[in-house]
Amino acid sequence: MKKYQVVTGISDPAEGAMGKRGIWRVYKPTIDYEKCVKCLRCWTFCPEGAIKRNKDGSVEINYDYCKGCGVCANECKIKAIIMEREGKKK
Amino acid sequence: MTIMIDTGNYIAAKAAVLARPQVVAAYPITPQTTLVEGIANYKGTGEFKGEYICVESEHSAMTACIGASEAGSRTFTGTSSHGLLLMHEMLHWAALARLPIVMCNINRVVGPGWNIWADENDSIAQRDTGWIQFYCSSNQEIFDTVIQSFKIAENKSIGLPVMINYNAFILSHTSMPVSVPDQAEIDGFLPPYEPQWKLDVDNPVTHGNIIGAQYYEKIRRAQYEAQENAKSLIPKITKQWKDMFGTYHGDLLELYHCEDAEHILICMGAIGAESKVAIDNLRENGISIGLARLRCFRPFPQEVILKLSKQADLIVIDRNISVGSSGAVYQEVKGALYGKSDAKVTGFIAGLGGKDVVFTDIENMCKKAIKKPEPNQTWYGFKED
Repeated sequence: MKKYQVVTGISDPAEGAMGKRGIWRVYKPTIDYEKCVKCLRCWTFCPEGAIKRNKDGSVEINYDYCKGCGVCANECKIKAIIMEREGKKK
Repeated sequence: MTIMIDTGNYIAAKAAVLARPQVVAAYPITPQTTLVEGIANYKGTGEFKGEYICVESEHSAMTACIGASEAGSRTFTGTSSHGLLLMHEMLHWAALARLPIVMCNINRVVGPGWNIWADENDSIAQRDTGWIQFYCSSNQEIFDTVIQSFKIAENKSIGLPVMINYNAFILSHTSMPVSVPDQAEIDGFLPPYEPQWKLDVDNPVTHGNIIGAQYYEKIRRAQYEAQENAKSLIPKITKQWKDMFGTYHGDLLELYHCEDAEHILICMGAIGAESKVAIDNLRENGISIGLARLRCFRPFPQEVILKLSKQADLIVIDRNISVGSSGAVYQEVKGALYGKSDAKVTGFIAGLGGKDVVFTDIENMCKKAIKKPEPNQTWYGFKED
């Protein structure tokens, strides 16, 4: 649908309007749910909004958009988030 | 319609206010100062009803205009020389965001070698920003072009910002009589701005987002086409203005005695006005010469210049220099002709740093070029110490 005659970069707000930037990730954060105390620091500090807060207060990472910056792991006081290189053999 | 006798800057301020911008954001710089002072004064008297934003730099002035324009406002600003250079990043932004901002730039020397006089290198350095560029040669032309520019910029086939250039002091601080239509007459020519899209909290959009090459290329292509569209729109707008108000200064070029001319002089700005005196004198002496004064440097009227070159050899005077190459107009004219015309193009650099270029200088340059046309550019009147 052609809404405008003018051609410039405009996008409607939608999840993934900019594409799935999770493909940029080199280091992958993984939450250790046995350690996690649901303090929500990772959820607060994630610059991409890629950490989802569930109704029970637990958190989960949306890997479609997580770029692997590691802010969550850095902010986690009890080291419940581990950063590991993508594709590393277990 | 009234006659107003005033300087180029105060005339531009009057024109800007009559165009009813909703936002003016500006930072003062010599020789533009009296332009924004004039608008501020109209704010004081209540004649200007929009917002006047005093910003802390020219970069901020352009950014404020971009924000206001994106929010759907008609916006105006003015600057000069180093102020224009400080805006450079945001000039690209305004043109790629397709915002119809209108700005006066008073052509002033770029330092160091601190100097406030006339020289066109400041706006020539903005050649590739995507802005439409006009160069004026009288205060009436400044008045008419400011109001016409809003109509050009806001046209749905254009959607580009417009820069109106005029020479420091020679026009900015020189009084001339100008016919000024009444507000109701201007309103009849220029309806309120209707944006095609705007920032709106009820209908949120992201602007300036990341895009890949396939979309970016489309943006550039559309911008290129908008400039091409301006080539056919500008003559329509100037004709409409002429029909309504009687004044006319040419379309993309002003042609003066070109019909039968065997030599045609191409220049712009205040030198263009002075050239008319030179052309009259040369014609009195039996020289078949005309003047094609560039009003519009972007878009550049290649087609008209190519046509003129079929009947005449060309003489180009540049009040700017692209160091490492040659004068900007000289490059453009040669580019328009290459492979399509055998006309000789003799170029001169003159008037840098505000050096006077009077009609006798122009006559000398023309005589020199006619006597011995040379396909290169020389510095007129340059003296080694």
